[in-house]
Amino acid sequence: MPKQIILAAHFPGVNNTTVWSDPRAGSQIAFASFEHLARTAERGRFDFFFLAEGLRLREQRGLIHDLDVVGRPDTLTVLAALAAVTEHLGLAGTLNATYHEPYELARQLATLDHLSGGRAAWNVVTSPGGFFGANFRRGGFLDHADRYLRAGEFIEAARALWDSDGGDFAYRGRQFDIRGRFGAPRSPQGHPVILQAGDSDGGRELAAKYTDAIFSRHHQLADAQEFYRDVKSRLARYGRDRDSLKIIPGVSYVLGDSDADAQEKAHHIRRQQVSPQTAILLLEQLWNRDLSGYDPDGPLPEIDPRLDEDDTIVQGRAGMYADRLRTANEWRARAEQKNLGIRDLIIEVTGRQNFIGTPARVAQQLDEYVQTDACDGFILVPHLTPTGLDDFVDQVVPLLQERGVFRTEYEAGTLRGNLGLA
Amino acid sequence: MTSHLAVALDGDSFDAADWVAQVRLADEAGLDLVTFEDSFGRRGPDAVLVASRVAPLTRHVGLVPVATTTHTEPFHLSTALATLDHVSHGRAGWQVRVSADPAEAALLGRRAPLGFDELFAEAADAVEVVRRLWDSWADDAIIKDVATGRFIDRDKLHYIDFAGPYFAVKGPSIVPRPPQGQPVVAALAHGPRVWQRLDADVYFTTPADADAAARIVRQIPAGRKVFADLVAFLDDDQRTAIGRRGAAISDAAVFAGTPAGLADLIAAWQPAGLAGFRLWPGDPAHDLPAITRELVPELRRRGLFQPSAATTLRDRLGLPAAVNRYEGAARA
Repeated sequence: MPKQIILAAHFPGVNNTTVWSDPRAGSQIAFASFEHLARTAERGRFDFFFLAEGLRLREQRGLIHDLDVVGRPDTLTVLAALAAVTEHLGLAGTLNATYHEPYELARQLATLDHLSGGRAAWNVVTSPGGFFGANFRRGGFLDHADRYLRAGEFIEAARALWDSDGGDFAYRGRQFDIRGRFGAPRSPQGHPVILQAGDSDGGRELAAKYTDAIFSRHHQLADAQEFYRDVKSRLARYGRDRDSLKIIPGVSYVLGDSDADAQEKAHHIRRQQVSPQTAILLLEQLWNRDLSGYDPDGPLPEIDPRLDEDDTIVQGRAGMYADRLRTANEWRARAEQKNLGIRDLIIEVTGRQNFIGTPARVAQQLDEYVQTDACDGFILVPHLTPTGLDDFVDQVVPLLQERGVFRTEYEAGTLRGNLGLA
Repeated sequence: MTSHLAVALDGDSFDAADWVAQVRLADEAGLDLVTFEDSFGRRGPDAVLVASRVAPLTRHVGLVPVATTTHTEPFHLSTALATLDHVSHGRAGWQVRVSADPAEAALLGRRAPLGFDELFAEAADAVEVVRRLWDSWADDAIIKDVATGRFIDRDKLHYIDFAGPYFAVKGPSIVPRPPQGQPVVAALAHGPRVWQRLDADVYFTTPADADAAARIVRQIPAGRKVFADLVAFLDDDQRTAIGRRGAAISDAAVFAGTPAGLADLIAAWQPAGLAGFRLWPGDPAHDLPAITRELVPELRRRGLFQPSAATTLRDRLGLPAAVNRYEGAARA
C-alpha cells in the first residue's frame, strides 16, 4: 500500500507571497475568511489548518512594514472559534515558547483540545533578540542555545502538566520551577500534537526528541530527501520509530488548464507578489542597507552588502542569509548573465512556487515526493485569502483520492489519529 | 426605566456542548451579557477560549471572560480580546482580575507574590496597556492602495511606548482595531480600591440591599455602569427554592424564591441607580433556564427589562462610542 499523504492548509500570512492586491482577495482579519479556508480544508478532508503567530509588526529601515499584509488575529482565540464551525479538521497554532509560560499555554492547549474534541496542535517556535521582547515582561535575552533549552524544557513541563490529569504536578529545570495542581483533566489527545519548525542541528535534535511533526522548508526533491533521511535517522536515539515523526514542508502551488497555462499564471502571480517597491525591500534584506534610491528596473547595486548582523535593516523576520557577500555575488552574476534588472532578478531568486501545472501533474508530483521519502505530506500555502484553496480541493484532492494516497473520509476522531500518530 | 441583565457562568466543564447550551439560553432570552469565571488556580477551562468557542454559535449576547493581570502578558490579553471582538462581531468584554493566591503564583514559578497595592497598580497598568493597544490602529488603517503597493497607512498605526514598574510594552498591536474600538472592560468591585484604580466601563458590585446599592452608586464616578450581583435560586414554590439554597453563602446577596419574587426585588433595587443586575444561577442546570424562561418574561411584562436591538456590547449597554486616543490627538 502506498504512503498516505498528509495535507494541511496555511492561512495566508504576512509575507509577500500573499497577493492582497488581487480583486478576488478578501479580508485578512474577518472571521468569515478564517471560516472559509477552514471549511474548504475540511471539505477536502485535510488533516489540519495551520496558523502563524504575530508578536510584533515587522519593521524595515526602522519603519513598520507596509507593503505586505499587516495585522492578524490572536492564534489561539481564532482556533477556538474555528472549533465551532468545523468537526474533524485539526487546529494548529504557532505559539512562541519564549513569550508564554508553560502553565498558561498547557492549560490553553488542553482547553482547545477539549473544546475541539481532540484536534489541537501546537507549533513550537522560539524567538531571538529583543525586538519581540519589547512587547513583553520577559524582554529579550535568550541566545540561540538557550532558546532550544527553553523550548525543550517548555515541552517537558507541558507534558508533565498534561500527564497529571488535573492532579498535582511539579517541574523543575534550569528554565522553570513550577508546581501545584493542573486545572484540566486529560484531554482527548492526551498530548496535543506538537509541531516544530527549526532547521538547525539543534532544531532537528529537538524535533527528534520531542515533536510529532516538522514544518520544514525543504522543497527541492534531493534536498528534501536528504533532510528526511537525516531527521528520521535521529529518532532511534530516542527510542522512537520512523513513523512517529512526520515531515511536512510548507509549499505553494499554481494550477492551470494546461502546463503552459499554469506557468503563465505562475508568472503573473510572481509579478503581483513582487511589486517594484517590494523588490527593493527584498533586495535591502540581503544587502542590509537602505536602497530606496535604486531603480527597481535598473541594475543591482555595485556597493557590497553591509555585514553587521547585530544591526539588520529588517526586524521581526527570521534571518535568511548566512553569507550575504557570497549570495550577493551569485545574484550579480545571474543578473548579468540573463540581463535582469532588480525586480526581475528578485522575482527569480525569491520564488517559492513549488508545484505548477495541471491538476494531474501537481497530483502526480505531490505523490512522487511522498512516495520517494522527500516528505510525508504538505502544508499548502495559498496565495489568495480566503479562496486560495478552493481549486486545489476541487481539482487535485479527487485525483489524489483516485490514486489511493489520500483519504476520502476521516479515519479517526482526533488529529493524532488522523495523522497516524500513536 | 429598564435594567440590563447579565448572567455569570462559573462551570468547570470541558465539554463545549455544555457551554454552547448555556450561552445559547442567554442569547435567545436577549440577555445583555454573560461572564465566564476563571483563575489559573481553579479546575476549569480557559475563559477567553470558551468565549471564543461559543462566539460563532451565538448572535446577540455579550461575551465577557475573566482574565487575570497578575500572571498574563498584557500584550497577549489585548490581542486575544481584540480577536474575540472580531470573531463575535463586536460582542467582546473583559472582566479584569488580580491573583493574590501564592499557590497560583507557584503554578507559574513566579518569585514572591505581590502585595495587594502592587497587584492593583499592576492591574491598572495592564488595563491602560490593553486599552492603548486597542487604540493603536486607526479604524481606517488598512488602505490596500494598489497604486503605491501599500497594504496599510503606517501613519495610522501608533507605538504605545508604555513603561511602568511592572512591564514595558512598545506596540502597536498585531490586531487591527476591534469592531467596538474598545471592548467593554469590567471589574468586580467590593470597594473603592477597585473603582478608584481600575479604569473599567462596568463595575459588578455586591450590595446587601437597595440602600447599600444606592451608596455604592453614589461613590462610583458618573458614566460608569454599576451592576449588582445576585445569586438566584428560583422555583415556583418559595419553600423549594429556600431548601435548595441550603447554606449557600456568597459575597453577593442570595435570593431564594419565585421568579416573581426576584422581579419584585429587582424593581425595588433598580431606583438606587443601578444600570443592571448580574445573576449567578445557584445551580446552572436548574436556575439558568429559570432565569431565561421565567424571570426574563416576567421582567419584560413589568417593563423592567427590554432586550436590546444593538449589535455591539457597547451599544447594548449604552456606553458612548469609543474615541481613539491617538486619532483624537492627531485631529486636535
